[in-house]
Amino acid sequence: MPYLVLDKLTKRFGQWLAVDNLSLTVEKGELISLLGPSGCGKTTTLQMIAGFLDPSGGRVTLDGADLLAKKPNERGLGIVFQSYALFPHMTAAENVAFGLEMRGIPRADRDRRVREALELVGLGAFGDRYPRRMSGGQQQRVALARAMVIKPNLLLLDEPLSNLDAKMREEMQIELRRIQRTVGTTMILVTHDQAEAMALSDRVVIMNKGKVEQVAAPQDAYDNPASAFVANFLGRTNLLQGTVRHDGGAARIDVAGTAWPVGPNLPAGPGVLTVRPEKVSFVDGAGVSGLVQARVFQGTQWLFEIKTEAGPLTVIRQHDGQVLPAENERVTVGWRAEDMRVMSGSVGGA
Amino acid sequence: MTAVDSQNAMDAGLATDTAAPPAKPERRNPTPYLLSLPALALFAVLLLVPLAMTLLLSLNSFGFYTGIQDVWQLGNYTDIFTDSYFHEIFLRTFRIAFVVTLLSAVLGAPEAYILRRMHSPWRGLCLLIVLGPLLISVVSRTLGWALLFGSTGIINTALMSVGLIATPIEFMYTETGVIIALTHVLVPFMVLSVWASLQRLDPQVENAAMSLGAKPFTVLRRVVLPQVVPGILSGSIIVFALAASAFATPAIIGGRRLKVAATLAYDEFLNTLNWPLGAAVAILLLVANVVIIVGCNRLIERRYKQVFE
Repeated sequence: MPYLVLDKLTKRFGQWLAVDNLSLTVEKGELISLLGPSGCGKTTTLQMIAGFLDPSGGRVTLDGADLLAKKPNERGLGIVFQSYALFPHMTAAENVAFGLEMRGIPRADRDRRVREALELVGLGAFGDRYPRRMSGGQQQRVALARAMVIKPNLLLLDEPLSNLDAKMREEMQIELRRIQRTVGTTMILVTHDQAEAMALSDRVVIMNKGKVEQVAAPQDAYDNPASAFVANFLGRTNLLQGTVRHDGGAARIDVAGTAWPVGPNLPAGPGVLTVRPEKVSFVDGAGVSGLVQARVFQGTQWLFEIKTEAGPLTVIRQHDGQVLPAENERVTVGWRAEDMRVMSGSVGGA
Repeated sequence: MTAVDSQNAMDAGLATDTAAPPAKPERRNPTPYLLSLPALALFAVLLLVPLAMTLLLSLNSFGFYTGIQDVWQLGNYTDIFTDSYFHEIFLRTFRIAFVVTLLSAVLGAPEAYILRRMHSPWRGLCLLIVLGPLLISVVSRTLGWALLFGSTGIINTALMSVGLIATPIEFMYTETGVIIALTHVLVPFMVLSVWASLQRLDPQVENAAMSLGAKPFTVLRRVVLPQVVPGILSGSIIVFALAASAFATPAIIGGRRLKVAATLAYDEFLNTLNWPLGAAVAILLLVANVVIIVGCNRLIERRYKQVFE
């Protein structure tokens, strides 16, 4: 039985649909990410689960109980805010103890649990510090400890790492994953950073304009994007305009004078072929021909911008000593048929 | 080419660095002093000079037939310190200021909090109503209160016609009246001060407290209030200082019967023409105000150092 169920959740601000009929189930102990560009409705969804916003329609149940019937302070959720939202007039330990105090936990027990929580996030020695005197990463850990110490049945994280620098963010990602594994709390992470979502989550929910585009394990979503939006949002991708044709039993897509086999279910007409830059290689035989417009050395890899009939194409090649084409050189590129996806429609409309 | 250029530029930079005299940082840049000169001059001429003259005047003596005598003595101060008439007036001044401050805090802090939680069109409107009194002259505002307060004024007439009271309540020439009118005049300063400290509050902090299981009142008491205490205290300092030195309101509502330090100084200057005594009263009021305010400020700084740096 699913643990958290969002059923046709909708939020309207005036005429604007912030969240449109969002349905999602989350299993117990799962870490799921809501991923999308800003304004896609991911934070609004989180706020509705937390109870800070009332949905315009739909239902939310947690472990079978109706969550919307409860006030925010009765939901028992842990929340880590983007701004951390620590109480500036309390020390780290007092911050962490607040939730336990509200639950009427006796003093001795409370002190022990606060100590354990601070140790869990690696801040055992910082209990007496005020938030002002802590670094962003430390404040972030206090916020996490404060949300975890009440043993929430669901932990909501709203862009928790976006205020940290790149190195700190990576450390916290590993830390967060470790804590999630140890404690086994069900977590919903809201983020616009696809690398963060992929690194942390069991499943990612890719959202756009208030709607769910795809729910899948990170690698699945990356390899089998359900739409051009997902393909483009998760990492770099190439979108090539082509035409889908049916010749008797076999269907194919014509892109810049080359034909690639596609599934028989695709309707004939304009189609978009997507292929990841790192899956494209320079070939001697048949393939899409083009002109190298730029090549950029990026340390571990080379990046090529190639102008083709079907539109610009990005190619990423490992820097492994192979001879690679120079700028302004005519090249032919190809890819394995299983590395590409085809959707009907045109590039502009995707 | 560019590499060479930048190398040259670097060399040039090094050259000027080494060529510059090591004493350079010691030479003060006069610009800030010159820029603040007009303000300093204004400050000196309009504040420090009159203040010094008042201080000197308070040391002179005064006789009904001799006028102001150019002698230096502390007679005026000993008069004030030994006469219970003056004690009563100073005590009343600070009692009024204290009660007004307390009332302003009790009314103004919740007012600011409610204003912040209001939505767009109403917030601006209500803020305008709250701050509106500041746009009206103190004298006309206080005369308005006098109309309301009189024994045949609107408040008493209304209460008597409803049958709540048999005889009119005395507002005019009483401390109650002065306190009510002064509170009305000074509450906007408290609202503004608390408003400013509420603006620094992260709105998510209240949500965070709520998510941890705190009821709305607990959020207010444990999370919001401690963070706006510095705002309430600095507002209190402003209100206290203005209430203790207020002149127009006590003069109109309190009249000649209910004197405070400011009206006392005024009467000494203009009615009894005892300028030195009036000057001594003014100096004592200033000193008492400064002592109380600096003391409170120290207290805030020490108590809330950790919260706001």
